[in-house]
Order: sequence, then structure tokens, then C-alpha cells
Amino acid sequence: MDTLTTLLLAFISIVLINNLVFTKFLGICPYLGVSGRIDMAFGMGLAVTFVVTLAGTLTFLLDHLILIPMNLEVTRYVCYILVIAGAVQLVEMYLRKFFPTLYDSFGIFLPLITTNCAILGLCLFINLWQIDNLLEAVVLSFGAGIGFTIAICIMAGIRENLDLADVPDALKGAPITLITAGLLSMAFMGFTGMIK
Amino acid sequence: MKTNAQTSVSICKQTLLAGLWRENPVFRLLLGMCPTLAVTAAVKPALTMGLCVIFVLLCSNIVVSLMRHLLKPHLRILMFTLTIATFVTIADLFLQAYFPTMSETLGPYVPLIIVNCIIICRAEACASKNGLAVSIIDALSMGAGFTLALCILASIREILSTGALWEIKIMPDIFTPWTAMRMPVGAFITLGLLLALVNAITVRKPKSAAQ
Repeated sequence: MDTLTTLLLAFISIVLINNLVFTKFLGICPYLGVSGRIDMAFGMGLAVTFVVTLAGTLTFLLDHLILIPMNLEVTRYVCYILVIAGAVQLVEMYLRKFFPTLYDSFGIFLPLITTNCAILGLCLFINLWQIDNLLEAVVLSFGAGIGFTIAICIMAGIRENLDLADVPDALKGAPITLITAGLLSMAFMGFTGMIK
Repeated sequence: MKTNAQTSVSICKQTLLAGLWRENPVFRLLLGMCPTLAVTAAVKPALTMGLCVIFVLLCSNIVVSLMRHLLKPHLRILMFTLTIATFVTIADLFLQAYFPTMSETLGPYVPLIIVNCIIICRAEACASKNGLAVSIIDALSMGAGFTLALCILASIREILSTGALWEIKIMPDIFTPWTAMRMPVGAFITLGLLLALVNAITVRKPKSAAQ
């Protein structure tokens, strides 16, 4: 029961309170780039959720089974990025072979995910927060993906309507998107203090 | 021969200026947004971040430029990332050893330089196609442009959120600090307004030239 509560709290905190996009500024590039249409945003969110869960779990295992016992923490970043690139490549090959329709709908997003800071960022945060429980690491990684999906979908919904609005010339494109993101992050600040 | 030298000088000059304004990575290309937003609550961490990026960009551009003939097309992104990760580890260990408090403030954003799009973009667009000299100049100019943008954003946010610049008080006592500027909100909105300003300036320029 106690572990269940901890896991639930960890999940809520990573989705709402420590949302990667709004409080840690991770994954801003795809956030600005592909959040134009809601279906594309959702596809990107799903792809990221999938890869981030895989990468978070794998890097946690790598850290605790190989790097820390063998005192190889110096090579942590190089190993992490290799694991992420490898995971993306694996997912891409697997999807292309077994789920071609899903692969087509992910399209160009999959290779882009390697350089998505949200993924490497989450792996580093799991390390920084000194999570030492595999289950919690998995829940955190999955929650981070869900949080990213929520953020990018909200944004896409707003931007679809923003196209119809009369925005001053200088603010068109990225500036207004950033300001909207600022207002959204202010809204997400309201969740702070939900968990003590 | 002389014209050849002249053109190479002008290419260097162009590359140098491109990074600072015409292709400024933050204001014009919108690359490397994560660190831009995350470390600009004050000028000191912003400058440290800028210097780290210059170091990593310079080293990775040099290495990529030297091995550009050996690169296989399908493996090149992996090679770039590994090169960058190596230099980022060096920068991170250096910070941890000599500036431990700064290293704590920047936290995971130093290792996140690995996935900073600016560095991969320059490796791909410049260093893997050009010689050593152009690559070095390009790295310095792009790095300087990035640092400059970071410092502008950080000074605005630090002045408004604490009334100080470089931790030295400059605003009168009557000034009430805007705490929101230290939060993520301040980062998003300040950068949005700065981008709008840059847009307004670049739109006006061709018009006044035509008149």
C-alpha cells in the first residue's frame, strides 16, 4: 500500500507539478516545431512516451548494474546517449517490421526523438533525484511521457485556434507561441503545493 | 591568387557576422531553446552556460571537421553525438572540480548540451563540409551569438526579478522585484517579446532600404 501511494504520488508529480515542458524547459524544440496540428502532436507525444519509458528504464538498469558497480560514472553521458540512440533505432526497426501503419503515422518524428532533450533530461533527472527503485524509475519515465503529451496537445489545440486570431505581425509564429507557453506554465504553477 | 585570398577573407568575415546577427542561433534559428530558457534566471549561470557551449562547439567542430572525410552518411549523427558527449563530459567535470556551486546551479543542463540542437546543427551544416579554419570561425561566431543572446535575456530577467545585475544592486530601493520573472513564466514571456522585437527590427530594415 505504501509503495503504491509513493508510485501514485511520483506519477502525479511528474505529470503535473514537475511537468518537463513547463517547469524544466525540456523538449521545447519539438514543442515549438510540431505543435501546429493536434493529431501530429498526439503522434509525437505517443512516440516520445514510448521511447522515454524504454530509455528511462534502460539507463536506470545500466547505471545500477554496470556503471556504478564498475566505477564508470565518468562515461555516464556517453553511455546514456548511446542507449537512447540505440533504443530509438530499435523502436524504429521494430515498428517498421511489425506495425507499418503505426510506423507511417510516426513518420519523421522517430529519428528526431534521439535529440529530444526531454528524454536525456529525464534520464539525468532520475539520476539526480537519486531514485533507487526500478519501479519508481519506470513510473517516472512513463509519467514524463504522459506529461509531455498533455503539454504538446494543449498547445496544439491552442495553436489551431491561434491561426484564426489577429496577431500583430511581429508576434506571429514563435513569439506568440512562447508567450502562450508562458501563460500555460503559469497555469501549471497552480499545481505546485498539491503534494507536500 | 590575390582574389582567392580575398574571397576566403570575406567568407571568414561573413561566417563571423552570421552567427552574431543574421543567423543568430537563438533569435533567428530558434535552436537550443532548452538551455536558453532554463539557465537565464541570472547573468552568471547564463554566461557560464555560454562559455561551456563555446568550448564544446569549438572542440566538436574541430574534431568533426578533421574527420569529415572518414564519416559514413548513416553513422554520422551518431559520431557527432558521441564526439559532443565526450567534450560535454570534460566540461562538466571541469565545472564540478573548479566551480562546484555553479555546477549545482546549472544541474542537468550542462549534460543536456549533448542534445543541444545548435551543436549538432553546426557539425552537420558547417564542420562536416568545410575546412578547419572556417569551422573554427563558425564555432566561435555561433557560440558568441548564443552567449550574447543568453546574456541579454538573463540581464533583463535578473534586473526585473531581483533589481540587480551580476548580483550588484542597480535599481533604486523603491523598485519592487517581479518574482514571476525568476519562474518559468518569465523565461517564456521575455523570450517571446525579445523574438518579437527582433522580428520587428528585421521587417523594418528592408523597407527603409527600399525607400
